[in-house]
Amino acid sequence: MADTYRYIGKALPRKDAVDIVTGATKFLDDNKQIKFPDLLHAKVLRSPHPHAVIKRIDCGKARRLKGVKAVLTWEDVPDWKGGTPRVLRILDRKVRYVGDAVALVAATSEEIAKEALRLIDVEYEILPAVFDVDDALKPNAPQLHDDLPGNIATPGSGILGPKGLTQVVMGDVKKGFEEADVITEGTFGYEKTPNPIPPEPPGVVALWEDPNKATFWVANQSPYLDKIALYHNFGRKIDVRIHGGPCGGSYGSRTMSWQMQTYALLLSKATGRPVKLILTKEEHLATFTLRLGSRMRAKVGMKKDGTVTAISGTWLVGTGYYSFSTQFMVGVGAGEAQLMVRCPNWDLKPIIVCTNRNASGPVRGFGGQELKCALIPLLCLAMEKAAVDPLEFFKKNFARPGDGYFWRDGIWYTYRGAEYWRAMEKGAERFGWREKWKGWLKPSSVNGTKRRGVGVGIHGNADVGEDASEAYVHLRPDGTVLVNSNLTEHGTGQWSNLHKMVAEVLQLSLDRVTVTPSDTLFNPYEFGPSGSRGTYAIGSALIAAAEDAKKKLFEIVAPALRAEPDELDTVDGMIFARSNPERKVPWRAMGFDRTVTGIGRFEPDYSMSNCMTTFVEAEVDTETGKVDLVRVVNATDVGQIVDPQGLEGQLNGCLGSAGLDSALFEETILDRSTGRMLNANMIDYKWRTFSELPPIDNVVLETPFPTHRFGAIGVGEVATAPGPIAVLIAVSNAIGTWVHEYPLTPDKILRALGKVPPVRQGGIV
Amino acid sequence: MGTMKDSKRKSGRTPFIILTVNDQRYELEVGQGEDTLQVSDTLAYTLRETLGLTGTKISCDNGACGCCTVLINGKAKVSCMTLTVECDGKEIRTIEGLRDPKTGSLDPLQQAFIDYTAFQCGYCTPGIIMSAKALLNENPQPTEDEVKEALSGNFCRCISHYQVVKAVIAASEKMR
Repeated sequence: MADTYRYIGKALPRKDAVDIVTGATKFLDDNKQIKFPDLLHAKVLRSPHPHAVIKRIDCGKARRLKGVKAVLTWEDVPDWKGGTPRVLRILDRKVRYVGDAVALVAATSEEIAKEALRLIDVEYEILPAVFDVDDALKPNAPQLHDDLPGNIATPGSGILGPKGLTQVVMGDVKKGFEEADVITEGTFGYEKTPNPIPPEPPGVVALWEDPNKATFWVANQSPYLDKIALYHNFGRKIDVRIHGGPCGGSYGSRTMSWQMQTYALLLSKATGRPVKLILTKEEHLATFTLRLGSRMRAKVGMKKDGTVTAISGTWLVGTGYYSFSTQFMVGVGAGEAQLMVRCPNWDLKPIIVCTNRNASGPVRGFGGQELKCALIPLLCLAMEKAAVDPLEFFKKNFARPGDGYFWRDGIWYTYRGAEYWRAMEKGAERFGWREKWKGWLKPSSVNGTKRRGVGVGIHGNADVGEDASEAYVHLRPDGTVLVNSNLTEHGTGQWSNLHKMVAEVLQLSLDRVTVTPSDTLFNPYEFGPSGSRGTYAIGSALIAAAEDAKKKLFEIVAPALRAEPDELDTVDGMIFARSNPERKVPWRAMGFDRTVTGIGRFEPDYSMSNCMTTFVEAEVDTETGKVDLVRVVNATDVGQIVDPQGLEGQLNGCLGSAGLDSALFEETILDRSTGRMLNANMIDYKWRTFSELPPIDNVVLETPFPTHRFGAIGVGEVATAPGPIAVLIAVSNAIGTWVHEYPLTPDKILRALGKVPPVRQGGIV
Repeated sequence: MGTMKDSKRKSGRTPFIILTVNDQRYELEVGQGEDTLQVSDTLAYTLRETLGLTGTKISCDNGACGCCTVLINGKAKVSCMTLTVECDGKEIRTIEGLRDPKTGSLDPLQQAFIDYTAFQCGYCTPGIIMSAKALLNENPQPTEDEVKEALSGNFCRCISHYQVVKAVIAASEKMR
């Protein structure tokens, strides 16, 4: 089947490639259309305290500064709220982390706005702050929100539906533990909240027009979701329009950004002028969303053959000072745990905890990465006791057709997805797993002070078919196609690939297909390209619209060809009966005064998953404690490759965006005596450079997936998730003792080796 | 930003600087007014805001990520850490100036980036291409390690590094 495609699976230049390599791509701040002559620049005064009440705020001097057009504080703004649940006021009398917004300034230049921040005089009543999730749950802990007693964010969320998954409870764990050959328990965490740091700074331009019109220019991953979130946050009275555009990296973190968008809008409303707000890198690192914190206190029971008999425990999910989307991520993560471990008895209870640090939000791996980084170490201890090879464990336990699980909506699904054990096996062969795996806590090789070990991690997500997408495909008499889709490019190449899919269905040359700019004024609903849903969910909506349009075209043209519509086909803008391809008419036979419009909608379907397995060989220098990656192998099955080079990029992405490297060196460092983030810059926050690239092999199987038009399923989002645990296992094996604290920086390695003394708990961590 | 009027220049009272950007000469008046070059303006700011050359991207604005890399007299420099007034008399080349000026065809490096899809979100791409350009100017046949070393100051978060290295090597082979 594959070799019959014109575009699918072919390595073609991305449609936006020339613009990207010539600097012509217009990211938000490059867009000349929003360089309005009366544009104002916004800056945010941010709290120096992790927890305080604003006793008094004097903006007089700032307001009098020449060029300042508005200064807004909590006293000046409407009672608009966001978050899950919607309890966080857009500006509040209380500040809840170092960096929380205190006042907003709009001025004729960025410099003047910055100067005005210095002139605002604030008197704070400083409150005790809490930074640890266990401490935050204690009865006498400082309370962040009146509406979230005990610092617990209400479980569930409207978007998950009435039964939204808030825990995994099924079977009988007591009986499960009785059946187990080995039982392990303990507390494990993944809590250094790495930051995905997309290169383009988060930004927005907002324009208010009386009486109720709000227009935004954004560079986000899911512009349609911005529209919906803001509409609700603004009390459902304001007409919101979002212009999307190319997004210079997101990795989930720029799915939406309601707070800064609302700041800019309020300033525009106050001044009657368009307002631009772009975060500095320090603001991006210290005030924009991070990964979730994850701490799990749990117990697992396992049989000697790797069958898991019971999992019980508490999963403390650190969300920072409020929950942006954490309930959603808990639902997905809890679903993903069941995809990974086939276990009849569960009692796993998540608690979403607020502390005085900046908020967590969506990032690739979306709940599941954070959960697994804490759960798999515990499963590993059981595997060690039972002498089970982790590769065999994952092969045995990952969902297979006929298995079931509760997904994020709380509904039980019977898995009808692919069998991924073949991809795991192929990956293991390529990696040489069987030669290198010597058993738990055993190095694969030792050369003087250098010790090597191997590890493996896994992740799969049933969000490949999540949520709804809609598209219109318009066929024109001149043989061109206009597609209404609100998808915007954020790095995966999906925007370009949608052109390929439509051109493939309609058998047209690629240059005949145009996708509209992302604009919620005229495009239909689009959830956006998250959860690897671009290929299956978004792609299927466009494919359905193209098929619908083609069917309607054939109905119109059939009489002219004296054939039945279902006997017709079209290639390169000509229509013919398959039995008589010589007799053909061009699309303009539809009439010059017509557009044929096909409508496509994808309905959510959670009964299938993708799956990524990552094998890692790590080398530990036992003198310095430094860990180097010797080799990485990713293995997956995508059904059918759509875009080989785009796929390669997405899989190599396993290292970046708070992925695998969050086990090696990526972390945000919070000073717990002041609540300040100590490494909110691109030098102290560590990231992988060109000079330290491990060899990566990507093993990609193509077992056609029956319910997609081209047999394809998406995989990009999950690439970051299996890496951290694979590194943890590899390093533990290399040095012969368990290391459980991410990231595995040299100090922790040397401590595990007994070469430096343990640190005292408390104080600055 | 006004270019200098002849009369003013001759009078010698108004300080100005001359930049050559992508073979085009700009005379910029230095002063405190809204329409003049401020001594504190970075080259990245001048390129983007004054000359409208937005192909040069700003990410960290602090010299740590390489997104804003341009060529100054042929060497790769981070334009966010360079003051425009320091560039008086210098030749600047940005991503917009890589096409062949006569034919308009892409530089072999740009073409190789397209052929290898050596980008994902594309935001860091102009800076990476300019760093690679500086490397190939100095060392037309670099090894893989030399390419990696030359690009070690360029942040890419999507991890397009592998495809970038292939593209740079391919371009260097084509340019032989």
